[in-house]
Amino acid sequence: MKKIIIAILAMSLVPSLSYAGPKAEVLHWWTSGGEAKALKVLKDDFAAKGGEWLDMPVAGGGGDAAMQTLKARIVANDAPAAAQIKGPTIQAYDREGVVAPYNIDAVAKAEGWDKLLSKQVASHMKCDDGKAYCAAPVNIHRIDWFWANKKVLDSNGIKMPTSWAEFNAAADKLQAKGIIPLAHGSQPWQDATVFEAVALGIGGNDFYRKAFVDADVATLSGSTMKKVFDQMRKLKSYTDEGSPGRDWNVATAMVMEGKAAFQLMGDWAKGEFAAAGLKPDVDYYCASTPSDNGYLYNVDSFIFYKVKGSDKVEGQKLLASLMMGKNFQKVFNIYKGSIPARLDVSMDDFDKCAKKSNSDLNTAAKKGGLLPSFAHGMTLELGVKGAIQDVVTEHFNSNMSSDDAVKKLASAVKAAI
Amino acid sequence: MFWLKRNLPRLVIAPSFGVLAWFVYGFILWTIYISFTKSKLLPQYKFWGIDQYFRLWSMDRWHVAVENLFIFTILFLILCIFIGIVLAILLDQKIRAEGFLRTIYLYPMALSFIVTGTAWKWILNPTLGIEKFARDIGFETFTFDWLTTPGMSIYTIVIAGVWQSSGFIMAIFLAGLRSVDDEIIKAAKIDGANLVSIYTKIILPMMRPVFMSAIVILVHLAIKSYDLVIALTAGGPGISSDMPAVFMTQMAFHRSEIGLASASAIMMFLTVSAIVVPYLYSELKREDERK
Repeated sequence: MKKIIIAILAMSLVPSLSYAGPKAEVLHWWTSGGEAKALKVLKDDFAAKGGEWLDMPVAGGGGDAAMQTLKARIVANDAPAAAQIKGPTIQAYDREGVVAPYNIDAVAKAEGWDKLLSKQVASHMKCDDGKAYCAAPVNIHRIDWFWANKKVLDSNGIKMPTSWAEFNAAADKLQAKGIIPLAHGSQPWQDATVFEAVALGIGGNDFYRKAFVDADVATLSGSTMKKVFDQMRKLKSYTDEGSPGRDWNVATAMVMEGKAAFQLMGDWAKGEFAAAGLKPDVDYYCASTPSDNGYLYNVDSFIFYKVKGSDKVEGQKLLASLMMGKNFQKVFNIYKGSIPARLDVSMDDFDKCAKKSNSDLNTAAKKGGLLPSFAHGMTLELGVKGAIQDVVTEHFNSNMSSDDAVKKLASAVKAAI
Repeated sequence: MFWLKRNLPRLVIAPSFGVLAWFVYGFILWTIYISFTKSKLLPQYKFWGIDQYFRLWSMDRWHVAVENLFIFTILFLILCIFIGIVLAILLDQKIRAEGFLRTIYLYPMALSFIVTGTAWKWILNPTLGIEKFARDIGFETFTFDWLTTPGMSIYTIVIAGVWQSSGFIMAIFLAGLRSVDDEIIKAAKIDGANLVSIYTKIILPMMRPVFMSAIVILVHLAIKSYDLVIALTAGGPGISSDMPAVFMTQMAFHRSEIGLASASAIMMFLTVSAIVVPYLYSELKREDERK
């Protein structure tokens, strides 16, 4: 009897003593069709290398509950291995001391991420004053895109606009014929998306950098910003009355059906066109919004928190290496509509819009127009970003004058810093 | 053994009391403390002072939220109680199929605010709902676009909230009406009072406790209203239908402003206490008097 008890005790101890293999708990927002398919590639790769994947999917865009869980677990010193966090929030977590000792940095150094990534993308992935990698990028989304219905444009003799004045002329013409010129869902983040593209186009690259990277109050309340708000007021008149609260994909459907001519949205909108079986230049046009070689980017990435246990650390290392893998970067981004963050992935299998995105990115990087999107949280602290977004959406959805808007903008940003 | 017998009730209650003390009152105290810190992304514990409250009250958006809270609470309260009383009195006339009608009025209560909000979002959307319907059947100038008009969208939340909650208030008042002694009504009738004055002068004044419970339930529903706003307008258009609960969640989990969010939570907490504490006090006092 005694022996049996000892044997049982011994057996129960075995699993905790032996090495359990890499393990990773991953919090992500990728639950829609194409994204889920793409993520499966990563999960399968991970399992093939002997890893155990614990999925923490967050359905729906908001993710209030997920952020709550994430923060509670970080405070309780039980952070998940990786979470879909991007932009300056990565460094903000580092400043809270929950990211060091940068478990994936060794992998990044061994694989030479510095050479595989552009400097700008790499800078977003580094903690500890740019000394160590603490996050892995998966894609580059471009924000400043115009999507347009080809049939509607062709039959009205309209070309994709190369300046905002041209866009306004085209929109007036379309409106006179009873077509909604701009399909838009007036939710705060969508208003901000349009706003940043307009600011980039009307103010130029340096103006954008001063306003949304440096949060320079004088620029935010200057005369150029007034012109940006003037254009926003014009754009408001090109939307329909059902616009407030509409989801972005419903707005994309309006363009597909020819009810509306243009939509200004990041390149995830392409996924909607693709899902409906439509092709670029055959059914729809994609073009950057008018600007001086500007390019607003959003890099989705995963932050790797401090975790306890060698199995979890190994899991993080394996995951980081697979995320930067050529295979995942290619397959995932074809599904997602974005382009790979890794520079040496061949663009041959991508569509025309993605190829344009890739070549524009290189041009923009050379001409100083490669800029982080503020509406999508790639620049500015979230509090400052939110303050700007509040003013933008309030202006867009009321009769506020441009003068009042810039005044409000300046005071809101001052209060938030 | 005797000791155990005497203290058993306390022992049984103790764990849940402890849990309650920690998770409710403990966290209230924690939130109060956090509101005095500079916490951004995660809680920090270094004392900072009352600056978060100054920041809060300097924000336009918070003022919009507070103003909306007052509009919503007052209208929601008055309309729910008015409709609830009218329905309860009508149902109290010993009519046929009362059980069936009662179920119909009470049914919205069985839905969550999310469902109510989504359904009303479609009904009130000018390009899908009532406005489109009226225009399709020939009233081409008919306009009902409150949902998409800043300054009016808060009233659509009132409409949906009243639709959802007035049936419940009816049930509370119906129960109150049923507990009124028939003899009183008979006596009043013998004295020559008509039905209207029986209700306004005798029965409703007798239902003071029912009013109090209805008001407390409605006020705390109004102050906590979050899901209805999110489902119906998401605070829009712009920030025109923002409410304190929405503001707080936004700040805490989207904007990394945990200190500011705690300050707004404490403001909400104080508002609720300002209403609930006097009520509890007066109720408990009355119970003491009865003893």
